[in-house]
Amino acid sequence: MTDTSLEVAGIEATKKAQDLAVQPAQSRVGDYFALLKPRVMSLVVFTGFAGLVAAPGALHPLLATVAVLCIAIGAGAAGAVNMWYDRDIDAVMQRTRRRPIPAGKVAPEEALAFGVTLSLFSVMLMGVAVNWTAAALLALANGFYVFVYTVWLKRRTPHNIVIGGAAGAFPPMIGWAAVTGAVSVESIALFMIIFMWTPPHFWALALYREGDYAKAGVPMLPVVAGKEETRRQILIYAALLLPLSLAPVALGMAGAIYGVVAATMGAYFLWLAIRVRRARDDASARRMFGFSILYLFALFAALIAEHGAAGIWLAALGVLG
Amino acid sequence: MTTMAKRGYQTEVHRRQKSKNFAMLLVLLGFVVLVYLVSVVRIGGG
Repeated sequence: MTDTSLEVAGIEATKKAQDLAVQPAQSRVGDYFALLKPRVMSLVVFTGFAGLVAAPGALHPLLATVAVLCIAIGAGAAGAVNMWYDRDIDAVMQRTRRRPIPAGKVAPEEALAFGVTLSLFSVMLMGVAVNWTAAALLALANGFYVFVYTVWLKRRTPHNIVIGGAAGAFPPMIGWAAVTGAVSVESIALFMIIFMWTPPHFWALALYREGDYAKAGVPMLPVVAGKEETRRQILIYAALLLPLSLAPVALGMAGAIYGVVAATMGAYFLWLAIRVRRARDDASARRMFGFSILYLFALFAALIAEHGAAGIWLAALGVLG
Repeated sequence: MTTMAKRGYQTEVHRRQKSKNFAMLLVLLGFVVLVYLVSVVRIGGG
């Protein structure tokens, strides 16, 4: 038996053992919440909200809340289905072995039913309460994450995160469509920012978790092409992201606050990418991964702050006028 | 498993099942209220 077949046999055995060991009655409400990947969900909700705030026009506050809720539930549902499909490799990886399914807290079929139900629910609610363009985009994002990224790409190609990352880039576009009922250049620009941000973000993580991915048989770039090539790719993407992050200013949907935040933080992100390339250690990759989350939050926070401030100004002018 | 340990386990399972049922009830009530509010807004032209 080869090493690879041993590994596959081990993973299959883990999967069978998990399926037999779980006693669904033992699961808690919190375990189902954990299936929704709450930390990922928070970033998705934030960027979705930013798209909603930045879009021209107005949406009733209740419908805006429903739109954000649907984005959150839809993203969480896709996460639950992803955890169901990846339960074999999650059990092998240090980072994911405590997730509800590999930990034996939730039965795999329950997680699948939970994810599919919530996904359908979020899309239908978005369609009925907000509009069908936003609902279609939400369905596309969920389908892309589950079928294109999780099932098709993740275990087959080192480009998994490049193409699959599109799934995580949809939320601002969905938020924008919730208000306008359409897809426009501005919302595509927001999509592109997250799309370009995703590879360096995940590759920085993969640089110091390479062993974990190799053990699970996931062909992340450092596993397949080596750390040096990964560092080079991170630098290329960070360099492309800097001018791209200024696109909202060029398109007139963002102003000085956003421009300053995007330029300074983008420059620092690029500097960290250079450090990762030069230092060739885990510490610099960890620093870059940590900063990448702050960077994306800051970009969209600046967009929200600017549009929120604009709204207050307009309201004040309306009162004075 | 001793009888006492078994009883304790069953109580724990029962308690968790009850909390899940309660959470489900809250979700369903929340959904009903949400549908009502969305209907009011949509009919009102919001």
